[in-house]
Amino acid sequence: MTITSPPATPDDATSILRRSISTRRRVKNGLATAWMIGSLLILLVPLLAIVLYVIRKGAHVMSWSFLTKDIPIVSQFPGGGMYPAIAGTIVITGTAALLAIPLGVLAAIYLNEYGKQHRVARVIRFMADVMTGVPSIVMGLFIATIWVSSGLHLGYSGLAGALALACLMLPIVIRSSEEMLKLVPDDLRQASDALGARRWRTILSVALPAALPGIVSGAMLAVARAAGETAPLLFTIGVIRTANWNVLHGTNTALSQEIWSNAQTPFPAQLNRAWGAALTLIAIVFVCTVIARVVASRFTIARQ
Amino acid sequence: MTITAPPAGAGARQQKRRLGDVWSDRVFRAVALAAGLLVLLILGLITWVMLSKAWSAFKYQGPSFVTSQHWDPNSNSFGAFAYIFGTLVSSAIALVIAVPLSLGIALFVTELAGKRLRTLVTYVIDLLAAIPSVVYGFWALAVFTKPVQTFYTHVADTIGKMPLLSRLFGGPASGASFMTAGLILAVMITPIVTSLSRETLLTVPQEDKNAALAMGATRLEMLRVAVFPRVRSGLIAAFMLGLGRAMGETIAVALVIGSSAQVTSHLFRTGDTMASNIAHNFGEAIDLHRSALIGLGVVLFGITIIVNVIARVIISRSNRSLWEVVR
Repeated sequence: MTITSPPATPDDATSILRRSISTRRRVKNGLATAWMIGSLLILLVPLLAIVLYVIRKGAHVMSWSFLTKDIPIVSQFPGGGMYPAIAGTIVITGTAALLAIPLGVLAAIYLNEYGKQHRVARVIRFMADVMTGVPSIVMGLFIATIWVSSGLHLGYSGLAGALALACLMLPIVIRSSEEMLKLVPDDLRQASDALGARRWRTILSVALPAALPGIVSGAMLAVARAAGETAPLLFTIGVIRTANWNVLHGTNTALSQEIWSNAQTPFPAQLNRAWGAALTLIAIVFVCTVIARVVASRFTIARQ
Repeated sequence: MTITAPPAGAGARQQKRRLGDVWSDRVFRAVALAAGLLVLLILGLITWVMLSKAWSAFKYQGPSFVTSQHWDPNSNSFGAFAYIFGTLVSSAIALVIAVPLSLGIALFVTELAGKRLRTLVTYVIDLLAAIPSVVYGFWALAVFTKPVQTFYTHVADTIGKMPLLSRLFGGPASGASFMTAGLILAVMITPIVTSLSRETLLTVPQEDKNAALAMGATRLEMLRVAVFPRVRSGLIAAFMLGLGRAMGETIAVALVIGSSAQVTSHLFRTGDTMASNIAHNFGEAIDLHRSALIGLGVVLFGITIIVNVIARVIISRSNRSLWEVVR
């Protein structure tokens, strides 16, 4: 007895599958796949357009003197540089980070190590999530009304801008740090407890170091976001044409603010300076983002 | 803590140190709690300070602050409706464009891409999210508004001539308009909506997807039966968070929306938003005008808080139900 069967070809299975799926279903599925790939391609267009354009325009004005000279007094004429704005961005963002990161990590420690599912902790967690959605201009208005021109009447300063940025960063740092602390295995804490260490000692010398790369990565992303912010600075830091490294006293300026004010003028020299500032700012922000990613990828390897 | 036995007579000191340890723990806990409570303090202060500063404008203008369209600081009339309208319209346009894009990319990352490509796409989206909003705005103002005006005019001459659609896309078209602001906002919120959607999509167990595929479903059918029903609320929350982001976005919109407030159904005309008005005018504003601008900030704060709270409640609800399922 022979069982006759057609000779098997390698693409047999696929061809059977293909015949069993109707054209309509296959077309629909193909359209869905096209939609997914197309979405990505569509998003890449503005990304490439913006980054390449900023690099092209910014490279024209980029030079050592652009990075080290003061903003000219008559800003319609070419020359001068953006040094004061670079200094301002560094010192204001740095101060904001010094304020927000320690406080945010402490709050995350409370949420993950002490509060857990306690009602207070849940309220704080929920409100921190909500706070990430507060518009940055509202933070600027808030600091302007409570600190700068009314309320405490302390006037424009880098610190006022840093406070507004710190308010923006705080909830981001809290939530990302908490997520990272959550990833630290409980075994480590229990081992430390078993050695007789007190809770705070366990947290500071075991849990925190284990989560540190993740926390640093989250904090760097928050710094990157803060460095690019304009709205919180508009009514808090004032204007200045020379570098002011003193964050506590005197008006200040920042790259983002210089782009904003120069972008709205018709003068080529100012527009060029704005493109240079945009390139510098994007470089700073991208470096922060890439550092965050690199640290985070190290962290995943360490965990495995 | 030392394990070595204390010498005789050191018992009291040991006792004292242990007491100190207890206190150090309490102090540390209290400091950490204080840092957490700072969040509530800041949110409370924002509400209180801004309400009290806006109060004189609210009292002067009355309920017409949110219903009147007449905003003229020189004659002390502050009807903010056109600004509220502008905020809602521009962010609605952004959401309509960003939702299909973000969902498409999120699905690309979770369903189509291999491991390498997935990392690369996540990287690119991170970079897109990192571009400062003032750079988006500057680029749009300097590069985008001119060609897009030609495009708008073309659309207004063709689609804009049809009945009904003429109300939305009719001419004359301006480069700085609701539509331009909406397009820029769409690009700006797509990264955040994408990553939130991706997180939600990743919660669907692979077994469920495999089961659908084993039944002979195509990828699209698998998504419809196994994925979308599970993640619907999470996706809605992600879209709402994107909406909140779009409504609060200031600088990019302020540069490309044209800064002349009007209530119109024509998307190719200039408008203004609450945030943009504040950014342009708060610096020079005094007295009642200043108070009215803070009032705009209060309205904006209120709307974004409501949107965010709803989104967060949806997320925590869906998490809980997931948790119950697991249990």
